[in-house]
Amino acid sequence: MFPFTYHRPADLDAVCGLLAGNDEAKLLAGGQTLIATLKQRLASPTDLIDLSAVPGLEGISREGEALVIGAMTRHADVASSALVREALPVLAELAGVIGDPAVRNRGTIGGSIANNDPSADYPAACLALAATIVTDRREIAASDFFLGLFETALEPDEIILRILFPIGGKASYAKFPNPASRYAMAGALVWRGGLEVRVAITGAGQNGVFRWTVAEAALADDFTPAALASLALDGEEMIADIHGTGAYRAHLAGVMTRRAVARIVEQG
Amino acid sequence: MQTLIMNVNGAPVTATVDARTLLVQLLRDELQLTGTHVACDTSQCGACTVHLDGVAVKACSVLAVQADGANVLTVEGIGASERLHPMQEAFREHHGLQCGFCTPGMIMAGIDIVRRHGTNLDEHTVRAELEGNICRCTGYHNIVLAIMAGAQAMAAIPAAAE
Repeated sequence: MFPFTYHRPADLDAVCGLLAGNDEAKLLAGGQTLIATLKQRLASPTDLIDLSAVPGLEGISREGEALVIGAMTRHADVASSALVREALPVLAELAGVIGDPAVRNRGTIGGSIANNDPSADYPAACLALAATIVTDRREIAASDFFLGLFETALEPDEIILRILFPIGGKASYAKFPNPASRYAMAGALVWRGGLEVRVAITGAGQNGVFRWTVAEAALADDFTPAALASLALDGEEMIADIHGTGAYRAHLAGVMTRRAVARIVEQG
Repeated sequence: MQTLIMNVNGAPVTATVDARTLLVQLLRDELQLTGTHVACDTSQCGACTVHLDGVAVKACSVLAVQADGANVLTVEGIGASERLHPMQEAFREHHGLQCGFCTPGMIMAGIDIVRRHGTNLDEHTVRAELEGNICRCTGYHNIVLAIMAGAQAMAAIPAAAE
């Protein structure tokens, strides 16, 4: 790792103070991706600002028709939360397939979405469930938040406080994990509410998580796996690496979407 | 350099380290607790699994400075010199090891599985929950048996689950 100065401020004002005018500072949530990045010397922040001592960033609650998850809430806590399981079960299921148990004990939802890894799971949840990311200065719709590979709408000194997920509808997440890293090679979160359908694909897109709008339109018309039979994503627009070709990922995304749809249909 | 104060295996520890020091490096190099192993160093294999404030984490993916003020439990801190922890005993009884390199991580992961799923574990649950721990030489079968048996034994000694 390149040298950095570590801080553990006790409140949000102190965090803001440390970030002010310092574009080379990095916030540290659980660190499950950031520390690996530092070890590979792919990042060289001057300062690491640990959020673990800041009060009010953790926790899960229901506020009206929204499930509210604090940015510093661990994946394991989302996965095991009775409230999440009751209000928005797909979110508990998704959190339960992130990484592995030790990573889930440590990683946070805020860190995951701030990083916007193209293979991460939460971006698909935020996009398909029309979440709102609440920061220390504004509210950002998920559709405006994820801008591209490892890129979000956050300003360098902006802090995610919590994520609001609307409650309602039916949803399912189907993921084909990379056998080694367990990141999604293709993951599809399908949400259906009334006459509306949202499909978010992660793991496959060269530009990160995206809405598969053609599939959404077909499913809004006929919510069955068969409605997707003739649809395919363009393999040229999919990630191609040693783990799989673009065409393979395009195919996988279709399979995962059909599985998610089938599961929702099954649930009635 | 940063000065850290934490509880390691029930004893207070003060250490002065570079901010870049990983928790696993602190444990092994500064504190000579070499029961926590390093293998992949990329957060895949779980040989470095320890408990940080009661939950299993991979010590190669945590900075030592993040453990300032925390309770850290390593494989040296479970059980006692006179008596193995039930999970350790189960690994011995079921021959849940061969070279033993992954074993400390497996044991610490096994105890965390019990924390999250209780003592009545089935094979499917154990296999799914060992996703973050890789073994090269046993083929996992005896590890799974050991964790199921260790969990049952922990039911008989509630305090050991701590």
